[in-house]
Amino acid sequence: MSEKELRVTKIENGTVIDHIPAGRALDVIRILGITGKENYTVAILMNVESKKLGKKDLIKIENRVLEPREAQLISLVAPDATLNVISNFEVKEKYKLEPPETIEGLIRCPNELCITNKQDEPILPKLKVVKGSKIVLECIYCGAILTSEEITRFIL
Amino acid sequence: MWLNRDVISILDFNKEELLDLFSKAKLIESLKENNLKNLKGKILTTAFFEPSTRTRLSFQAAMLKLGGSTLDLGEPSISSLAKGENISDTIRMLDYYSDIIVIRHKLEGVSRYAAEICEHPVINAGEGTKEHPTQTMIDLYEVWKTFKSLENLTYAIIGDIKHARTISSLILSFSIFKPRKVYLVSPLELRAKEKIRSFMEFNGILYEELTTFSEVLEEADVFYVTRIQKERFSDPYEYEKVKGSYIITLEHIKRMKEGAIILHPLPRVDELSPKVDSSKNAAYFSQARGGLYLRMALLRAILTGE
Repeated sequence: MSEKELRVTKIENGTVIDHIPAGRALDVIRILGITGKENYTVAILMNVESKKLGKKDLIKIENRVLEPREAQLISLVAPDATLNVISNFEVKEKYKLEPPETIEGLIRCPNELCITNKQDEPILPKLKVVKGSKIVLECIYCGAILTSEEITRFIL
Repeated sequence: MWLNRDVISILDFNKEELLDLFSKAKLIESLKENNLKNLKGKILTTAFFEPSTRTRLSFQAAMLKLGGSTLDLGEPSISSLAKGENISDTIRMLDYYSDIIVIRHKLEGVSRYAAEICEHPVINAGEGTKEHPTQTMIDLYEVWKTFKSLENLTYAIIGDIKHARTISSLILSFSIFKPRKVYLVSPLELRAKEKIRSFMEFNGILYEELTTFSEVLEEADVFYVTRIQKERFSDPYEYEKVKGSYIITLEHIKRMKEGAIILHPLPRVDELSPKVDSSKNAAYFSQARGGLYLRMALLRAILTGE
């Protein structure tokens, strides 16, 4: 990230999510459950120029470290994203998100008639992550398909 | 190849496995008096959470003919489910009592889930609007016996393309045995779901959607006829308007090409005139009869590996 690109100040502690596909930052915000009423600073940069992606989105969140569950969900809408853990204005950890093979118990099946949507059944929804130009999720029980754009609507 | 296999979707099987199964079924069918009673002591349980007569009886008959025994969950309204027991607990209990479980449910994914929690093999006997793998095996078996091959045939599938799971399941099998062309004949309201259309496109299956079958009578090798249910129409008058267009009569038979066959997963209502039954193109009773042998072959293969 060059100084020229940086349109907001550095954060002291927290997380920077970089290389989000352009237009998906708000999906990431939804996944993180950020409403704007929190008492920490959130900077959302959209359609920033990127050598790698052409255009990209970027999010800076002050004083928040992501949970593995959140990182897994973000990897589904932003499979090339990098996560930077910032401490004392320095990047302490940096890793690239990798979409998992399957996602269990985090996203419900979009098919209302699927056994996993039946109450009182001790069954967790399990979706296979089909990696292509865009990620698609497929319910391993009923075969229903969930597109990348629909994912945030079905988060449990 | 077959020992302890679950049967959840036709797509869980490849060409070699299915042809092997058909050969096994044909062998059983050729034995006039079967002496294959090697499932003695084994128990098959049928758990039909949705009404069925034919499929349930056919599985039970197949098991009994092989010397095994059968249990039946009974009507969901009088079983423990009526007391509020969940599906999961019910299935676990059946697994303790049985060597193989045959399930039908209106919810989707139940049989895949049952296979996950059961120690014993699970067979999907019809689920939701998409899967009915053993019916498809029976359909393909009849076609295979007739044409000695399952490739490069032209199918005219007539009826409720949108909701009939026998049709959807058969279409899935076209990714295994490639047809020459598939005509999907239905009223506009009952056309294939988007998912089925994209499945065919993804798998390079040539298809065309029609509202009448008249133009393909001379062309199709296999006519797969299903029931059109009145209740599927939002407007009952629409049903009355179209119902006659999907009935096969002797007049139609005359135009069919030599050797073409008519299949039907049964039960039928009025889409096949009883006068058609005696024509040499009518293969639906042979198909139903073959279903018993196919299911015998399947049970025997899963429970003994033979």
